[in-house]
Amino acid sequence: MSELIRNSIRFVLFLAFEIYVLNRVPHLHRFISPSLYFLFILWLPFSVSPRWLLSIAFVTGLTLDYFTQSPGLHAAACVLIAYVRPFLISVLTPRDSSDFNYREPSPQSLLWAPYFIYVLILTLLYHGWLVLLEWMSFGSFGDFLIKLIASTAISLLLIFTVELLFPRSMRFRTNVGG
Amino acid sequence: MRNVILFIRRYFTFFTFLFLQVASLWFLYSFNKFHQAQFLQSANELTGQVNSRYKKVENFFALGDENRRVHTLNDSLINLLPQQFAQVDTARQLVRDTVPTDTLNRYRRYYFRPAAVVYNSTSGEKNYIQIDRGSLHGITENMSVLNSDGAAVGVVVNVSPRFAQVMSLLHVRQKVNVALKKSGDFGTMEWDGADPGLLLVKGLPKSVAVKVGDSVVTSRYSFNFPPGYPVGTVAAIISDPGTNFFLLKVRPAARFYNLQYVFVVENLQYSEQAQLDEQSRRRIEDPKRNPR
Repeated sequence: MSELIRNSIRFVLFLAFEIYVLNRVPHLHRFISPSLYFLFILWLPFSVSPRWLLSIAFVTGLTLDYFTQSPGLHAAACVLIAYVRPFLISVLTPRDSSDFNYREPSPQSLLWAPYFIYVLILTLLYHGWLVLLEWMSFGSFGDFLIKLIASTAISLLLIFTVELLFPRSMRFRTNVGG
Repeated sequence: MRNVILFIRRYFTFFTFLFLQVASLWFLYSFNKFHQAQFLQSANELTGQVNSRYKKVENFFALGDENRRVHTLNDSLINLLPQQFAQVDTARQLVRDTVPTDTLNRYRRYYFRPAAVVYNSTSGEKNYIQIDRGSLHGITENMSVLNSDGAAVGVVVNVSPRFAQVMSLLHVRQKVNVALKKSGDFGTMEWDGADPGLLLVKGLPKSVAVKVGDSVVTSRYSFNFPPGYPVGTVAAIISDPGTNFFLLKVRPAARFYNLQYVFVVENLQYSEQAQLDEQSRRRIEDPKRNPR
């Protein structure tokens, strides 16, 4: 399967799940609004250039925004994590190995501990930006913190459930014979 | 100048990020301020289409509840129809100790109760339908049963506290008084147990002009069924040379295969009518015991 088709399918599935499942299940609590779809951005291949990453993230966020009638909100958060992602990957992996040996970030390519940190930081950033933008219009700082931590925790739970449910087995790529 | 271009090229990613971030925030705040977002109109078209497709699927799962809702609403409305009432003859009125009539001097003739079908068969010769209402809900024997469209389905023959058994029209011992909608001529509807898609109407005189496609409705003379509710349409007319009657094959109006909700119709004068009928028969046919 080509990268484009694989990621297009993921795009549709993640957004459909977000719109028709996560946005529709009754809220656990008013502070908790888990989301999962931004895992799509976390899973994009290493080979995507930062500019493309930003554009894709923008489109992803905006698509969700138009479904939830809040244009710009999720797009802003997605663009933020897409911008941070390349730095984080270069910090968490030795430049010469994973970047080229595997297709995309996964527990297998980054190893579990760095991958966890990668997901944790980006989830925290995503929710942080999202809640901050909401907080600017209403709420207090205490609400902001609780919301941030609770949403991040539930999202992490969802993400690692997905990781365990759908392990992406990836070939180790060598530069011998492609 | 060259330095500026170099600078921009070096931080191009960062500028893209800034640009997109500002764009999103602009979308967000212009939406909150003016309640109109950029491209929201055209985006609404798209998301609306996707959403309506999804809704179609989702609606499918809510059909049961929706049917129930519509059915109970219909029930409340059907009970208000003027044909469920009859006019009291004021010329000679008995004085009773209750007030059975409303202010327009109408008294209720038929009362509709909603019920759900819990068991149904169409494959045998004696088909029964079980409904989830019983004597606790006021169901008694000999009440008639109509489906959601008002088409005749059967007659209650047995009642337990919470359930009732309905003898379907597809039952070889069922006999219902029916009439042609066009002319009002009546006959008896039966079933021979052969084809669940065809009922039989006997006793219609050959003098009646009947055509294929005519509607057959419940008759005014039926004790159980309220008059004028559809039973079926004439599918074939067999003229038996031996008798003076037509034999009509009638395609039933109710679809017995997918009954979900039904109305149980009570004729509030049933016992009085039936009693009178039986008394008069006894008196006429057995005059020795009941001398006139």
